[in-house]
Amino acid sequence: MATTLSSSAGPAGAERGLGLLRTMVRIRVLEEGIEKHFLAGDIPGFAHLSIGQEAVAAGTCANLRRDDAIASTHRGHGHTLAKGTTMRAMVAELFARTTGVCKGKGGSMHIADFSVGMLGANGVVAGGFGLVAGAALSAVLRKTDQVAVCFFGDGATNRGPFHENLNLCAIWNLPAIFVLENNRYASTTSTAETMKITDVARRADGYGMPSAIVDGFDAFAVFDALETAVARARSGGGPTFVECKTYRARGHYIGDPERYRRKTEVEDVMSTSDPIVRMQAVLSDELSPQQFEHLWAEARDEFADAVAFARNSPSPEQSEAFFGVYAGDRDPGDPVHRIAARERDALLPFAPSVGTGSQGSGH
Amino acid sequence: MHTVTFSEATLEAMREEMRRDATVFLMGEDIAKQGGIFGQFKGLPEEFGVERVRDTPISEAALVGAGVGAALTGCRPVVDMHFADFITCSMDELVNQAAKLRAMFGEQCVVPMTLRAPDGITKSAGAQHSQSLESWFVHTPGLEVVVPADPEDAKGLLKAAIRSDNPTLYFEHKALFPVKGPVPDDDDFVVPIGKAKPMRDGTDVTIVTYGITVTRALEAAALLEAEGIEVAVLNLRTLWPLDYDAIADAAARTHRIVVAHEAVRVGGVGAEIAAFLGEQCFDDLDGPVVRLGAAHVPVPFAPALQEAMYPKTPAIADAARRLARREL
Repeated sequence: MATTLSSSAGPAGAERGLGLLRTMVRIRVLEEGIEKHFLAGDIPGFAHLSIGQEAVAAGTCANLRRDDAIASTHRGHGHTLAKGTTMRAMVAELFARTTGVCKGKGGSMHIADFSVGMLGANGVVAGGFGLVAGAALSAVLRKTDQVAVCFFGDGATNRGPFHENLNLCAIWNLPAIFVLENNRYASTTSTAETMKITDVARRADGYGMPSAIVDGFDAFAVFDALETAVARARSGGGPTFVECKTYRARGHYIGDPERYRRKTEVEDVMSTSDPIVRMQAVLSDELSPQQFEHLWAEARDEFADAVAFARNSPSPEQSEAFFGVYAGDRDPGDPVHRIAARERDALLPFAPSVGTGSQGSGH
Repeated sequence: MHTVTFSEATLEAMREEMRRDATVFLMGEDIAKQGGIFGQFKGLPEEFGVERVRDTPISEAALVGAGVGAALTGCRPVVDMHFADFITCSMDELVNQAAKLRAMFGEQCVVPMTLRAPDGITKSAGAQHSQSLESWFVHTPGLEVVVPADPEDAKGLLKAAIRSDNPTLYFEHKALFPVKGPVPDDDDFVVPIGKAKPMRDGTDVTIVTYGITVTRALEAAALLEAEGIEVAVLNLRTLWPLDYDAIADAAARTHRIVVAHEAVRVGGVGAEIAAFLGEQCFDDLDGPVVRLGAAHVPVPFAPALQEAMYPKTPAIADAARRLARREL
């Protein structure tokens, strides 16, 4: 089970492993907390968890600078946290508060943080490919050495934009990196039923793009593959495709009855492959059980603080529903502002009073 | 003022904006080496290089998606759709991404992308190369929609679209490309987005219109002038944000309104205008709002069929005449 890759070796490897472990633990604690608060009715809308997949977010983002871009998916909490968004900004967003990173207008499925280069989770499967191709093109045109990373699932590789954008990035040699989280399910359908190949990375061959297949439960392995890919992209060597073989330990969404797989399947995979357990095993010579427990305690404190912060934050004023769509629409002299103000005046007097949490969303 | 074709006017706009702002770039099919299917991009790669004037694969979803991504990260892309009909291949990128991101992300970003979409009926291009799809995008919050009617609009609206921080669809009628007209000499001339332009005054009826139909409305007005009917023509220029004030003003002045466009009449922009007039200007109206638009059929190939299914000058003149004579 121990990794044999170079990035894990020696004291530097232990230091790196600790960083990767801390990120994975923070993601796990955040998502288990989201699950609890979603079921308690604190979080409206939909939420999709990436428990089991933490090594991909951690291993990838550890190679990125703050000014590099990522685009994420509907299952994007891990990517967002690993790229540098604070738990406070994330939890407040999921709780639909004004202090959320998107002022409560995005939620779990549409969370973004431009201050750390996080171009958004995306409610549309395969929605991130174009954004990453464009961010990579923009980096070239602006003559920077920034790179752009697209996270996506196996399901997205059956959509057209995957193919169009891989081809575009390949022919233009753009600094884009495609990180596939092959978690074996597209929504509720097994990948085995939706494609005839088992290694999706073969699709990159069709576009002349170099690819790697890694154990997506091994954060070091992901780190190493991304280190190579980022170095290639930054030095003008073009795009790379990295397939991370991983597993979605929760349902497609919180509340998914999971009729499409055996309960024991999850237990079987996680008992041998949980990326956090595996990293702790790798680091067991370097870190004591108390040090591991300290990491978890820190993450739990951080989450508790984020929940308190969210609870103490206001919900958006209902008049906010009408503005913030167009650049300029808050300026009273702007043509869109005048139209929006009329719509506000027509609808707002009849807006029902809505509480916080999921009980507030409705009919 | 100088006189140029509509196509040359767009080229002037591109050249001036690309000189003014190094983050403006252009991409699309057949534009760098071929100069565009209507010659509307000729000379741009020579001046700005093929990095900023990019030939692309036939991948509309990727082009618009990459346009959005570039717009989010500090560039001002101009994406050419080849034919407006092909926007259908990039609807997610336009409707779910470009239009939504600013609102959804709590105003963290702007999406300063311009989409150039040659549209409209010409030369038996047939059902898949002749559509006018603007009403779909007027219906979609987050997008701006502009439709130039002449070379002055072509230049001024394109410059405004490129400078706008919002995603803007620029619908340019294919039959207008060779049409000549005056354009101001000022390098900084822009047509403000959201403002309609009265093309001629009249007291009996106003034709509210946009794009190529402005020319047809002006022809109709000239015909009716000989009959003693004074027809005003309002060129909307921008369809979103729609200049409702100018439309209300027209109702207050002439009390009779014809709305005309080449797009399908049912569910078209004219329906929004007629509804607005009914709701907000009821007391100003002395007759029904007359809507003219294409029939609810795919544009046919045979020239005789094509010419039968959308309103040109005679149909517009007839509607305005009957409305003015209170025959409607």
